Amino acid sequence: MSKVDKHILLRHHEIPDIANIKTYQADGGFETFRKVVSTKMDPVELKNIVHDSGLRGRGGAGFPTGLKWKFVDDNNWPHYLVVNADESEPGTFKDREIMEKNPWQFFEGIMVSAYAISANDIYIYLRGEFWELAHVLDEQIELMKKEGLLGKNLFGTEYELNIFTHLGAGAYICGEETALLESLEGKMGQPRVRPPFPPAVGLYAKPTVVNNVETLANVSLIVEKGANWYRKFGTEKSAGTKVFSLSGRVKNPGNYELPLGTPFRELIYEHGGGIIDDRPIKGIMAAGASSSIIVADDKALDTPMDYESVPDVGAQLGSASVIILDDTVDMSWLINKTTHFFKHESCGKCTPCREGAFWMTSLTERIRSKKGTMEDVILLEDVAKNIKGKTLCALGEFSTEAVLSAIERFPDDFDAQVNK
Amino acid sequence: MTEVLEEKTTKLVNLTIDNLEITAPEGTLIVDAAKLAGIDIPVFCYHPKMEPVGMCRMCLVDVGMPMRDRDTGETIMEKGKPKIQFGRELQTGCTVSVSEGMVVVGYTEKVKKGRQDILEFLLSSHPLDCPICDKGGECPLQNLTIGYGSGESRFDLEEKQHLAKHVPLGDLIWLDRERCIQCARCTRFQDEIVDQPVIGFQNRGRKLQIVTFSEPGFDSYWSGNTSDICPVGALTTADFRFGARPWEMQASASVCNQCSVNCNITFNTRREAKSGGDLVIKRAMPRQNEEVNEVWLCDKGRFAYTSVKKDDRLTQPLIREGETLVETTWEKALDLVAEKAKEAGKEMVSLVGGRLSNEDYFNINQLTAHLGGKSLLNSEMAGGDLVSQVGLGTGSNIADMGQGDAILIVASDLEEEAPLFWLRVKQAAERGAEVIIANARETRADRFAKYKIRIAFGQETAVILSMAGAKEGIAVEFLADDAKVKAAAKVFSEANNAVIYYGSDGLGLSGSEELSKACAFLLSETKHTGRPNNGLVAVWNKANLQGAWDMGFRPSETLAADLKNAKFAYVVGNDPASKDILEKSLKDTDFVVVQDVRLSETAEIADVVLPAQVYTEREGTYTSAERRVQRFYPAVPAPEMTKPDYKITAKIAKRLDLSLEKIAASLVFLDLAEKVADYAELDYVRLAEVTEQWPIIGRDDLFYGGTSYQNTQGLGKQISPAIETETIKYEAFVPSVLSKKDEFLAVPVTTLYDRGSTMLSSEVLQPRIADPYVILNTADAEKLGVEAGVQISVKLNGKTANVTAKLDDSLAKGIVLVPRSMGIPISDPGSITIKAK
Ligand SMILES: Cc1cc2nc3c(=O)[nH]c(=O)nc-3n(C[C@H](O)[C@H](O)[C@H](O)COP(=O)(O)O)c2cc1C
Ligand code: SF4
Ligand code: SF4
Ligand code: SF4
Ligand code: FES
Repeated sequence: MSKVDKHILLRHHEIPDIANIKTYQADGGFETFRKVVSTKMDPVELKNIVHDSGLRGRGGAGFPTGLKWKFVDDNNWPHYLVVNADESEPGTFKDREIMEKNPWQFFEGIMVSAYAISANDIYIYLRGEFWELAHVLDEQIELMKKEGLLGKNLFGTEYELNIFTHLGAGAYICGEETALLESLEGKMGQPRVRPPFPPAVGLYAKPTVVNNVETLANVSLIVEKGANWYRKFGTEKSAGTKVFSLSGRVKNPGNYELPLGTPFRELIYEHGGGIIDDRPIKGIMAAGASSSIIVADDKALDTPMDYESVPDVGAQLGSASVIILDDTVDMSWLINKTTHFFKHESCGKCTPCREGAFWMTSLTERIRSKKGTMEDVILLEDVAKNIKGKTLCALGEFSTEAVLSAIERFPDDFDAQVNK
Repeated sequence: MTEVLEEKTTKLVNLTIDNLEITAPEGTLIVDAAKLAGIDIPVFCYHPKMEPVGMCRMCLVDVGMPMRDRDTGETIMEKGKPKIQFGRELQTGCTVSVSEGMVVVGYTEKVKKGRQDILEFLLSSHPLDCPICDKGGECPLQNLTIGYGSGESRFDLEEKQHLAKHVPLGDLIWLDRERCIQCARCTRFQDEIVDQPVIGFQNRGRKLQIVTFSEPGFDSYWSGNTSDICPVGALTTADFRFGARPWEMQASASVCNQCSVNCNITFNTRREAKSGGDLVIKRAMPRQNEEVNEVWLCDKGRFAYTSVKKDDRLTQPLIREGETLVETTWEKALDLVAEKAKEAGKEMVSLVGGRLSNEDYFNINQLTAHLGGKSLLNSEMAGGDLVSQVGLGTGSNIADMGQGDAILIVASDLEEEAPLFWLRVKQAAERGAEVIIANARETRADRFAKYKIRIAFGQETAVILSMAGAKEGIAVEFLADDAKVKAAAKVFSEANNAVIYYGSDGLGLSGSEELSKACAFLLSETKHTGRPNNGLVAVWNKANLQGAWDMGFRPSETLAADLKNAKFAYVVGNDPASKDILEKSLKDTDFVVVQDVRLSETAEIADVVLPAQVYTEREGTYTSAERRVQRFYPAVPAPEMTKPDYKITAKIAKRLDLSLEKIAASLVFLDLAEKVADYAELDYVRLAEVTEQWPIIGRDDLFYGGTSYQNTQGLGKQISPAIETETIKYEAFVPSVLSKKDEFLAVPVTTLYDRGSTMLSSEVLQPRIADPYVILNTADAEKLGVEAGVQISVKLNGKTANVTAKLDDSLAKGIVLVPRSMGIPISDPGSITIKAK
């Protein structure tokens, strides 16, 4: 039986050689998958276990994973499992570490998940820059075929399972699940209208579950050890551990797997070693470039990092890519960076995001180059508000978060930029 | 609520839109439900003919739903009414379907503000060059800006992006990149509606741009439609670009006369200085007829009007004096014609083309009968008599066909022969109709056909007879795939409704005559006659061949001899002399009268030439291949001395003591209705009737359906096939066998963009014309040492020509496709010799 110490996902910290399939198997690896398939476990039972565990999507939205699986339309076949390994949110770098360092647990997780939703094909959609990783994954898939873990008639049953990797071509929007599916189908990566959601109409119009790498990497252990075991970690509504990608003005940036509900302060000061040069902390972006900027006061630092508590300080946990901003960071500079990013990444399908991201960027440019006036700041805020709530997908919404929070919460940074 | 929508689902739901209580079928989109109730929700990307995509975000509405008690599931009431909960954000009305108790609000400040915001965003990258934009005056963006836009721009004009404004997407469509609002209507049209995604988006964000992927650019017969539905002036057509402003033009109803679909058209006309103050046609637009062309036109039909030119028109009667034709008066010309006709008596023939109106045919046939002559049709396709017996049942509308129905296409490259039929059958297939294709080669209709029976040229009739259960004379080994034929026959016979489209792919007159008989036999054997959406459609290659048949004209297997032996030939609206063999015969005809609009090759050898009018200059009716009789109206004045054909004929008749109506086409039609039984119920008033159509287009809110025209001038009437009132028996027969004597068999096929007079005379369409070509099997070509695209020499019917070789590996060996009207005259399958050069 595997040992789980501090880590559920980043287990290479305990078992350095876990990326070796022999080591993984010696630790009980693939036993869960074997058991599930060879005993012909009822998929409904698996869905229930995952549902009861309280596991929520780690890709950003925190949607209950088991519930999503239950939406899969059983009157329409085949089903597909799509693993979202697009990991494009600036400041997020957790999925890569999981896939590189603990690959077999990742695979076992997606394989058990595929069985649970009665899918025979898994597509792993990786961001284009992960081509080296994709190559390794391909070799590992070949190895699993040889080991009899993939292919037809697994463990002497009727069950067949295949895994394919697919590389994106460098678009942030392809992390959005429906744009991802379009891209996977060979079309331009632009989001679809939802509803229908992928569990009803997904890849090639078939029922499809799209889940994040980290989400699924939990699944084999949850099935092995049970829902209650998983619930021991984290909070009541945000169960389990989460890999926090810490970056920005901290001494020790990196991935830290901690129970959900760990306060910001612990992440930043204990694990991250505090702020560079021990300067004062100014703001926190909890969900990468898509975040509202949290004013890093004591209340914020003591806020538990879980899906319910972060909104209390005016932000979202999202994918938990925690970017630390100290007093050297000018928020007008920051939003100039984020608006550039969103202008570049807007897919252009819907009007407010396509035009708004462009407009916001030209305004932040003007403000940053000290050519702007207070009216430009007000206009910028208005443009952001006009985008909000009108876009086809969440990217447009994301593009406004930093802008609106910066102007509202850090007015001095703007005052200093504009010639009044 | 229109019936059209109600039929689709049975369940109706009640909701309110802007406080108006309405009932709509479940599943109806909010924008459509509002439209039906007379409430306009502004849209840009939504088009009622395409799937919603929710891109532009213009159609924002506030949507509320009755609140339900979480535990009991019951509706919570407040002051006797359900309590309504509105969503936090506005919703796009084009992506949300109506449901019971829904409350949709479009007039609040919140909604107005939302729409204003979207417009402001759109305008932030729009050039606003309305004063020089073709769409100005009928532009959804312009109209909505006036409705929702703010007076001034908060976007710094210095920061506007500047993009290419004159991008030829193809020969027919120009793109202005600055004006494009990225609504994807054009790309979705090409993809969803016509299955030809030759244009698409490139790049992303604000760099998103329309590009073409095909070579040549925008290679599609449908490109013009994208300009109609483009909600801004980003896509303009080559004919109309910078040609006129919409408000200067008048609209005139017409019917396309390029093929036998008879699409409804609106001509926009304007009086202009550069045309000497004359009223001229500036463009052709689709006129909605949901039973014919919906809101679409093919490009040939759309641009065909550009082929009519003032300078090459006949404007004066001509009379032969020795070697030359000299101008004369109508009196003199008609007197001479009458005198010669009288002399010829029974030995006269009239030979008509396929584009005259029913009124013309009627009068010409009356005159011919009066003299005891022959009424001949210059056509290489037969079967019009059978279509009048077992044509589509009264009340047919292919748009009603779907699940449980079958459509059989035989010997037809449907998109090339009748583009709109292809589109309608495609849509029927998408609704679930089983499409069966029995063709000797691959065509674009194969893509939506469930059963593809690949026959050899010459086996068309045998296949249909075998589907009907006939055995005699049918060599099973002839049939490429017997199991498929059986399966298709079963589907066809068991279908609730079934229609056959037969064309002329690889067939001449005798071949198509046999095929039509076989089709009639199959339909009657399977009882697919005399009911709506059952019956036979002949895919004629001319607009009114069915009308010609109905009025009594017949093609002749012995046309050359008929002409040669005639003392008097009355050639109306066709050019037999363009074929060598007929030219020779005509030289032996004692007296030739040509009645036409241009100096054709036949006119040049005629004794008298009478100047007629183009259909855009006069009134009349056509009968489509589906036997729908439709009116067309004059759009522009005719040259002074010209007359409509029926009138010229009546004037000749008068000199021969036959009184024919000549005052107006409508009066000729009354006579016609009296004498031609199938037309008895009709008159011009009935033909001008309209009923409500869905989607609602072409009213003030051009944003909804594009610039297509609403039909206020008549949807026409479908006439009943004889089998609805009489019993007609069809027998099986032994099909003749097409023997192949030499190495290569040439077969005639149809291509829409041929080298006929419409294409050659239209400057707009000209760039789309191919050089004369034939298509060879790839392996054959290899053997001959012929590569794709090289010049080869072919010899057909004793005539040698140099043509381009095109290759196709799906073609059977030994077969050479020779497109009609492509420079090499061909009427029947026959031997051809090929030499590499
Ligand atoms: C603009 C945008 C980008 C996204 N990028 C990613 C991504 O890179 N990786 C990811 O897992 N989810 C991403 N998501 C979230 C996905 O749409 C989706 O919710 C997620 O893959 C579902 O998996 P989960 O339930 O396991 O989180 C993105 C969403 C949006 C709107
Ligand atoms: S919000 Fe932005 S990224 Fe999302 S669909 Fe609209 S344009 Fe594309
Ligand atoms: S060219 Fe016209 S129809 Fe096409 S995307 Fe642009 S605005 Fe829409
Ligand atoms: S389909 Fe036929 S009738 Fe319709 S526009 Fe084209 S050529 Fe004209
Ligand atoms: S989003 Fe509804 S019309 Fe464009």
